[in-house]
Amino acid sequence: MDLHHTPTAAVQTYSPELRALLFGYTLQLADTSLILGHRLSEWCGHGPILEQDLAMANIALDLIGETRSLYQYAAELEGKGHSEDDLAYLREAVDYKNPLLVELPNGDFGDTVMRQFLFDGFHLFLLKELQNSPDPGLAAIAAKSFKEASYHLKWSSEWIIRLGDGTEESKRRIQKALANLWRYSGELYTMTQTEQQLAQSEFIPDYATLQPQWDAHVARVFAEATLEVPQNVFMQQGGKTGRHTEHLGYLLTELQYLQRAYPGLEW
Amino acid sequence: METIIEKSLEEAFEEKIANEVRIEPKDWMPEQYRKTLVRQISQHAHSEIVGMLPEGNWITRAPSLKRKAILLSKVQDEAGHGLYLYSAAETLGTSRDQMIADLHSGKAKYSSIFNYPTLSWADIGAIGWLVDGAAIMNQVPLIRTSYGPYARAMVRVCKEESFHQRQGFEIMMTLCNGAPAQKKMAQEAFNRWWWPTLMMFGPKDEESPNTEQSMRWKIKRFTNDELRQRFVDMMVPQAEFLGLTVPDKDLKWNEAKNGYDFGDVDWEEFWNVVKGNGPCNKDRISTRVKAHEEGAWVREAALAHAQKRAQREAEKQGS
Repeated sequence: MDLHHTPTAAVQTYSPELRALLFGYTLQLADTSLILGHRLSEWCGHGPILEQDLAMANIALDLIGETRSLYQYAAELEGKGHSEDDLAYLREAVDYKNPLLVELPNGDFGDTVMRQFLFDGFHLFLLKELQNSPDPGLAAIAAKSFKEASYHLKWSSEWIIRLGDGTEESKRRIQKALANLWRYSGELYTMTQTEQQLAQSEFIPDYATLQPQWDAHVARVFAEATLEVPQNVFMQQGGKTGRHTEHLGYLLTELQYLQRAYPGLEW
Repeated sequence: METIIEKSLEEAFEEKIANEVRIEPKDWMPEQYRKTLVRQISQHAHSEIVGMLPEGNWITRAPSLKRKAILLSKVQDEAGHGLYLYSAAETLGTSRDQMIADLHSGKAKYSSIFNYPTLSWADIGAIGWLVDGAAIMNQVPLIRTSYGPYARAMVRVCKEESFHQRQGFEIMMTLCNGAPAQKKMAQEAFNRWWWPTLMMFGPKDEESPNTEQSMRWKIKRFTNDELRQRFVDMMVPQAEFLGLTVPDKDLKWNEAKNGYDFGDVDWEEFWNVVKGNGPCNKDRISTRVKAHEEGAWVREAALAHAQKRAQREAEKQGS
């Protein structure tokens, strides 16, 4: 029998160092999809039109579904008997490892679409490669989320084009969103130590190989949307090493409220 | 001449109603039948949309990832119900824009139950269990309602509502089997939602102006009081099973009628909330208006872009 066939069997063959690296990485992916899913869920009931309320809730649901699989797998890698909810609800902001982009407030619909678009391309191209990871746990989750992520990128790309090539007002707003958010896109591709080590042992792709696909897609969509990419922007970093914006603490206060107020109960 | 044609049309309509044949959008129907349906279906659609707000209030604070996903998907279903119901109403010759304008101006009503606030997580359980339970009781007969598009929309709506009710009951059960603080939360939510839920069946039969005609046209199949009684008879044993106390000192089993006697609803409160004085009426409408106004530029952009595309397409074909 192939020991690597199931995630659980594979995890048992890993060295403690490798498990720790994979744990940290899986947690980072889970934090990222949770925080973005949470942000999108804030739109529920407040969207610009019913159909888009539904679309944003759909994407949020996909991301939360992915989050759950990732935290469950992270808990297994960690091997301390934690649950998905322990990992989501009982960690401090500084322990969260999501990139800054996904924790930024929703702003207007244009800001939300832009944040989503910058993330979706990265997410899709990463998942595409992760499906081939020698780690069966990550590969299985990536395979499941890949299809959903391609729908997300289609949705956000179409909206970038609609808003960019729509009215004067929509163009002004989406161009402004791009000017504000572009500086958070660099962090997606900056590899942490954990990511570098996993890439060296080929468990995850080297992000430098993903970026050209993203660059090409983003350039094509911005051109069609008649948007200008800001030049010479200083790229903000920090979320992936726990140095967040001030926004994350408030988000977690809300998200974690019941688990913190009533520790150790079943809901 | 015209009156003779009208008369025969009306007879054909009445015959269909009598024979349980569905009325379809292109069929002739009395103006009052059309009006009653537009009022009822749009009110129903608005209730789904406004109803997203009290529950949406807890999506970001749901106590586990599983609960968060279930709640988000439930509220999303309500948006979907709103969509099919608006579409069903549109078959009667009104537009979604018009219906939304009527909601925002206060001309159209929605279910008063959504004018109450969700104060704790247990309210999410109570809404699923009680409010969706009452909605099902009101809505299942609508699967047999005489207007085809409405009846068909209700088949889908009811299927999803029963899943919603189960998840509400499950939240209540988890709380009632949990720590004392959770049980207290559940009882308090039950106390808050019980009476407003009984109001969801509408005024007493003798004070319900639309019931008689609606029953005759088979838009409605049971009276308000009939449905209210059924609901109480169904829910009291469930409350007992959960270990919750029904907040009604007059509640008593009546062997002779094989049902419960129960106290009178506070009708003054009922009419007050209908008139706009409930705890959340103003908030709910201003939240909807705000979302609509802030979304105007998005809708305009989508329209402008679609027009540009169509124009370019036409130019391409012309050249």
